[in-house]
Amino acid sequence: MITRISGMILSAALISGLSVAVAAAQQPVTPPSAAPAPQPAKVPTDSIIARGEYLARAGDCIACHTAPEGQTFAGSRAMKTPFGTIFTSNITPDPTTGIGKWTADQFYTMMHTGRSIDGSLLYPAMPFASYTKVTRDDSDAIFAFLMSVPAVKQANRPHDLRFPYNNRSLIIGWRTLYFNEGEYKPDATKSAEWNRGAYLVEGLGHCGMCHTAINALGGSSESQAFEGGLIPMQNWYAPSLTSNKEAGLGDWSIKDITELLRDGISHRGAVYGPMADVVYNSLQYLSDDDVRAMAIYLKGLAQGSSPDRPSPPLPTAETSLLVSLGKPIYDKQCASCHGTEGAGMPPHYPLLAGNQSIQMSSAVNAIRMVLNGGFPPGTKGNPTPYGMPPFAHVLSDDEIAAVVTYIRTSWGNRGAPVSARQANELRSATLN
Amino acid sequence: MILIVCLLGDGPVLAAEMPPDTMAARMQACASCHGAMGEGTKDDYFPRLAGKPAGYLYNQLIAFREGRRRYPPMNFLLEFQNDAYLHKMAEYFAEQRPPLPAPAIPTVSNDLLARGEQLATKGDPQRNIPACAGCHGPSFTGMEPAIPGLLGLRPSYISAQLGAWRYGTRTAALPDCMQLVAGYLTEDDVKALAAWLSSRKAPPDTSPLPRGSLPMPLACGSEPN
Repeated sequence: MITRISGMILSAALISGLSVAVAAAQQPVTPPSAAPAPQPAKVPTDSIIARGEYLARAGDCIACHTAPEGQTFAGSRAMKTPFGTIFTSNITPDPTTGIGKWTADQFYTMMHTGRSIDGSLLYPAMPFASYTKVTRDDSDAIFAFLMSVPAVKQANRPHDLRFPYNNRSLIIGWRTLYFNEGEYKPDATKSAEWNRGAYLVEGLGHCGMCHTAINALGGSSESQAFEGGLIPMQNWYAPSLTSNKEAGLGDWSIKDITELLRDGISHRGAVYGPMADVVYNSLQYLSDDDVRAMAIYLKGLAQGSSPDRPSPPLPTAETSLLVSLGKPIYDKQCASCHGTEGAGMPPHYPLLAGNQSIQMSSAVNAIRMVLNGGFPPGTKGNPTPYGMPPFAHVLSDDEIAAVVTYIRTSWGNRGAPVSARQANELRSATLN
Repeated sequence: MILIVCLLGDGPVLAAEMPPDTMAARMQACASCHGAMGEGTKDDYFPRLAGKPAGYLYNQLIAFREGRRRYPPMNFLLEFQNDAYLHKMAEYFAEQRPPLPAPAIPTVSNDLLARGEQLATKGDPQRNIPACAGCHGPSFTGMEPAIPGLLGLRPSYISAQLGAWRYGTRTAALPDCMQLVAGYLTEDDVKALAAWLSSRKAPPDTSPLPRGSLPMPLACGSEPN
């Protein structure tokens, strides 16, 4: 699913590029001027390879660079965008179809600058805007690990992008606006743990790819870092990590945040949708220390200003009608697990009363949970998750709107009501 | 990202009540379409799962997770579950033995029904069509480890699956025997088979036959000999 996220960011990036490329297209695509000095080839030790494997998990390379039932890291995973399909690359050590002829220097240059070994620009679907923060040591370890996996001879599939989106020079525009090259700089005023967390969240974790709104030009603005946004095309809302009214973790305990990230469930909530992908493929493999460090950093993020609540989109009379229709549906379909007062049975059946994500200004996630149901990811900490049934085939648009409105406005919840039209629109949302 | 966030501080903190530690409780996500025990529901399209061989169910769960069998609601639900849990799900539904639903009343002509019986029990050797009974058993209860029973399914489900094989939205491990067989069937064959199979009465024992008890007429990747 991350692949699709990245695909959309690519699409958005191409739109932005289009407007800037007119001016920038003449600019020659040259290799980076500040290329690191070549280093003598070293034979990596087993411990470096093991560290590289761990860091590759933290970067979630596997989620995009492995096709369904394909060979690990052999690429060719389709990433669908409205402008066509792009296919991820083979990053196994095969010398002709993979990265077997690359050097550690070239790999670092790619991670750090978003340029491939021939100087060509990578599409920002590859999160080099985050990976640029990765240290040289860590990049070398990841490269050593990738060189140690079985080589797979599988040619990269050409991207199937329509004109003009198939023009890579459009990327120049995107880079001018949104790409800041540079390794992570520790903040000396913060603890080592906080800095480790920041390094993982902002770098390999590339959390900002979803949790920072993609603006109209298709880039993520630093001033809005981690303030949340709708993931284009996928129709899941990536909540703000800075607002305690959304997924801001300011009043969560470190233990709860750690469990959420590592296990996918906690006493304060569970992950579904795209975040389940991240936990399943990446975060569950991280050490307790690293997850804790991320938790400390994320908790600290939650101090920014909160966006104002929008005024309710529906007239009061309609809202009270929805609520009165919603209660009997809730009592019949939902209360057996979530409780008549929305208390749930955490961590397995999430609480609904006081639930931040249900009250967010965007009702997308709440509506989708009711329509599509879902399991939290199967993880080492929670190998056999409890699932929520889909209700798309059981409830009408009016009933979905009524029950979601009831949940968003009951037990002290202060979310805005939702309309049958919103519910209907999400019936056709891409599921996976 | 989709944090279902629960503020304990805002409401009354109840004693830590936990859901039952059972597969039945975990599988409630399946119940609204497939029934609590996998017995099926009134909905025409969703199949019965109960009593099908665990190997068959496991193969389907994997195929849904990997997108080889396309049905977006199922692909979505299973996307982030590991093999071990999919095994548990398969075993849970394979062990269930709820009664079969009443046989469907055929809505096709007697001629077509007779054609369905002929194809299901004898096949049509001239057109390379093996009898369903050759692999799925003379009582159509399936065979361990991975050949499903065909009882308790509605005609619309049966014809939809045969169509899915023909059009490639449902695939199995190679050699994909059902894709081959479905390719030989005409629209009328499909209609005839769906009508006749769905009108079968339940045999006294609905359990799948033991592994290897039938000499299969063609090689199937899902059922290694």
